[in-house]
Amino acid sequence: MMNYFESDDLKKFPAIGKFRGELARKFFEYYGKVMDEDGALTRREKALIALAVAHAQKCPYCIDAYTEACLSNGADPEQMSEAVHVAATMMAGITLVHNVQMLNKLDKLGV
Amino acid sequence: MRLMANESAYDFETRLRQHQLELQPQTVETLQINMGRLCNQTCLHCHVSAGPDRAGEQMSRDTVDSCLAILARYPEIVKLDITGGAPELNEHFRHVVESAAGLGRHVMVRHNLTVTLDPHPVTGESMDWLPAFFAENKLEVVSSLPYWSSYFTDRQRGSGTFDRSIESIRLLNERGYGIEHSGLVLDLVYNPAGAFLPLGQEQLKKDFERELMQNYGLSFNRLYTITNMPINRFREMLERRDAFEEYMEKLVGAFNPCAAGGVMCRNLVSVGWDGRLYDCDFNQMKGLRIDIGGPVHVGNFDLKKVLDRRIVFGEHCFGCTAGAGSSCTGEIS
Ligand code: SF4
Ligand code: SF4
Repeated sequence: MMNYFESDDLKKFPAIGKFRGELARKFFEYYGKVMDEDGALTRREKALIALAVAHAQKCPYCIDAYTEACLSNGADPEQMSEAVHVAATMMAGITLVHNVQMLNKLDKLGV
Repeated sequence: MRLMANESAYDFETRLRQHQLELQPQTVETLQINMGRLCNQTCLHCHVSAGPDRAGEQMSRDTVDSCLAILARYPEIVKLDITGGAPELNEHFRHVVESAAGLGRHVMVRHNLTVTLDPHPVTGESMDWLPAFFAENKLEVVSSLPYWSSYFTDRQRGSGTFDRSIESIRLLNERGYGIEHSGLVLDLVYNPAGAFLPLGQEQLKKDFERELMQNYGLSFNRLYTITNMPINRFREMLERRDAFEEYMEKLVGAFNPCAAGGVMCRNLVSVGWDGRLYDCDFNQMKGLRIDIGGPVHVGNFDLKKVLDRRIVFGEHCFGCTAGAGSSCTGEIS
């Protein structure tokens, strides 16, 4: 049976360049430049950010890839778990801060 | 893909040919001797499958003396690299170190740190004399520390290992090891605590330096990152998790022709505890003997023949050529 999100499909990522390859090439070049080099942030810090974003965006491919990338770049499970908690608190905070909008509307409605 | 018995899906020599690489021996700069498989630890990734129950496999005095005779005969072999198990547990350890140092050789010991604090697994003797002995003989000490906190270290090397390793580094620092300008070198070795490849030796070194200094006031000289070799205990662990193929694919995918040129077998010969010769410690563990026609023992070592040999490669060699390279000498930058 076919499933969405087969982990092996991640290997096919370069196939997104099948059509309009020059656009995909630009993306991969940009991606490589940002992620695979130490800059103002180290590769370890970038991998931790990527892991947090992967959780927030609920991408199983990226969770697999960045769990391993974090380890390879010298992060340990405590740092990785903390990064996921950062994502979780941001997501909760973002939900809750929208509550201000609700309160504004309630106010306007005289409730 | 269907394979015949003894055939591997991961053909190292074909890959070398694809890159027009011929890896012939260059020198024998280092003689690496394995003093035996006795160890006070039983680490998960150990490619020697060493442990306290392997007291029967120890290098004899005769074999030690044959190794020393090679050093005396060939001044171009400038280094002696002593491994095990925990080589310090061999009763001839002091003799080999003092004699090689007396011959003016640079002597390195692969020291697991905790051996200083544990009693000898067979005799019960205290091993606390080691740091002073290392310093007196100016040994270069190369020690595994899988991480700068306990989780990875204890997982890989056994519960409590991290705290005892820290204590042992402190004893080495007190003798001058890892301290600038002391002339006493303490190198640490990082290897991944699982089926992933190491990256970024430079960044890891900075992290290790900062954390060990801030948290424990400790210092060291160099940090080497090495890749886990898919043999013995580490391979068994991969197979138990059905992860061997996936790990091999990672190694093969990360093949780096530049790292291939620097594999250690090109500049080293390895002697097993029983005196047999091998291209490297990993071939030794796989029982792949050096190929110079007929059985070769350290007692009839001939440098010219050794330099003319063809190195015996196998699928495990992909562990030496993955990413930045490893081969127990760490990442090549
Ligand atoms: S890795 Fe080293 S310390 Fe650990 S069991 Fe093997 S020889 Fe002993
Ligand atoms: S495993 Fe040994 S023989 Fe193979 S490349 Fe590495 S050092 Fe050379």
